[in-house]
Amino acid sequence: MVDIAIVDYGMGNLRSVYQAVHKVASAARVEITDNADVIARAERVIFPGQGAMPDCMRELHARGLREAVLDAARNKPFLGICIGLQMLFEHSEEGDAPGLGVLAGNVVRFATGLSDGEGHKLKVPHMGWNQVHHARHDLWAGIAQDERFYFVHSYFVQPVQSGLVQATSNYPQPFVCAVAQDNLFAVQFHPEKSAAAGLRLLQNFVNWKPA
Amino acid sequence: MLAKRIIPCLDVTSGRVVKGVSFVELRDAGDPVEIARRYDEQGADELTFLDITASSDDRNIIFHIIEKVAEQVFIPLTVGGGVRAVQDVRNLLNAGADKVSINTSAVTNPQLVADAAGRYGSQCIVVAIDAKQVGPGKWEVFTHGGRKATGLDAVEWAKKMQTLGAGEILLTSMDQDGQKKGFDLGLTRAVTDALEIPVIASGGVGNLQHLADGVKIGGADAVLAASIFHFGEYTVQQAKSYMAQQGIEVRL
Repeated sequence: MVDIAIVDYGMGNLRSVYQAVHKVASAARVEITDNADVIARAERVIFPGQGAMPDCMRELHARGLREAVLDAARNKPFLGICIGLQMLFEHSEEGDAPGLGVLAGNVVRFATGLSDGEGHKLKVPHMGWNQVHHARHDLWAGIAQDERFYFVHSYFVQPVQSGLVQATSNYPQPFVCAVAQDNLFAVQFHPEKSAAAGLRLLQNFVNWKPA
Repeated sequence: MLAKRIIPCLDVTSGRVVKGVSFVELRDAGDPVEIARRYDEQGADELTFLDITASSDDRNIIFHIIEKVAEQVFIPLTVGGGVRAVQDVRNLLNAGADKVSINTSAVTNPQLVADAAGRYGSQCIVVAIDAKQVGPGKWEVFTHGGRKATGLDAVEWAKKMQTLGAGEILLTSMDQDGQKKGFDLGLTRAVTDALEIPVIASGGVGNLQHLADGVKIGGADAVLAASIFHFGEYTVQQAKSYMAQQGIEVRL
């Protein structure tokens, strides 16, 4: 049995996630896996994602991992990252694709052609370090209010239930960048690439005991 | 709000960081892994590694360097130089790169940009453009480390790369590179205004005001510099404090 399974469905590079988790939990057995049984038996599951959501959903199906991921999202400490957050929702504008539907809501694109206060164009993808205004949750322990995390994405989630929202960021309007429900926590930014603050969030996840 | 990024650039050959003037006269700046750690500690927002090795024999060295850096540094890493095929992109990502920069091969084979973005996502595909001014408000794309003219207009080329799936443009002025007189702000502005994707300004930074100008006048989303950091003139932290004093949003 592994302590932490990082779900590999062939989309993007999971080495960064592995390295960062290993850094904060060097004694834990961490495995990058595309094996549904390993995911089912893992104590904790990290669900990353890169690229386009329709491709991610297709690959998840093709590798027979949909049920294992759904089960983990409902029953054990579960951390979604980037597209791993977006896929938890019902539908994405990106490629008009259905998601896993664990959480009610949709995924929509940033508007283009917007400008900042100085008249500079706001680029899409939203790429770089932005401030995260967070609520109270075990995963924010030791992380300063409005700390910066590294983002790279063109779409963001709109949960139906505002009670799920654990953090927002601004670009230029506020958007949801973290949600939680019971044993599940998911973020739009990349904790594995967010220096000390990101490592702290991963460490908090590794130690997290959902009520 | 989103911070403007400061990106130290490490030109690597034969396992060492080097820096030249206008792409020649290389000077040794040290061990890449050590330098990467130092910039991370100073608060660099990302790191860019350009493998400027001429011969393909030494290509494996960069993989070992990136593997080592990725074990210790938890900020985005971009790696470029000699990327010719989707397999090269894959190998660099597997070594620990978060983004791969494509330069000459984007010109010789634009489909590579589309294929790589299609396979790994636009977020990890940076297209590097080396440009030289050829007239008022006109810049031409050069390849092969600045030696070969392409006849392509830099602004139009950047737009095409965006359409093919580039997630970001790394824009270097060949006229300014290594001169320490500041970015080509006209070039930077022309490209960033024409695009929806972020633009990294590169080439010519000699002092901290140059970095601030790249953002405030050039409109760059990120600024890249090498020698001002390598040879201890300024730390990344000093650069950020300076930019913050100028009213630029940075990650302190």
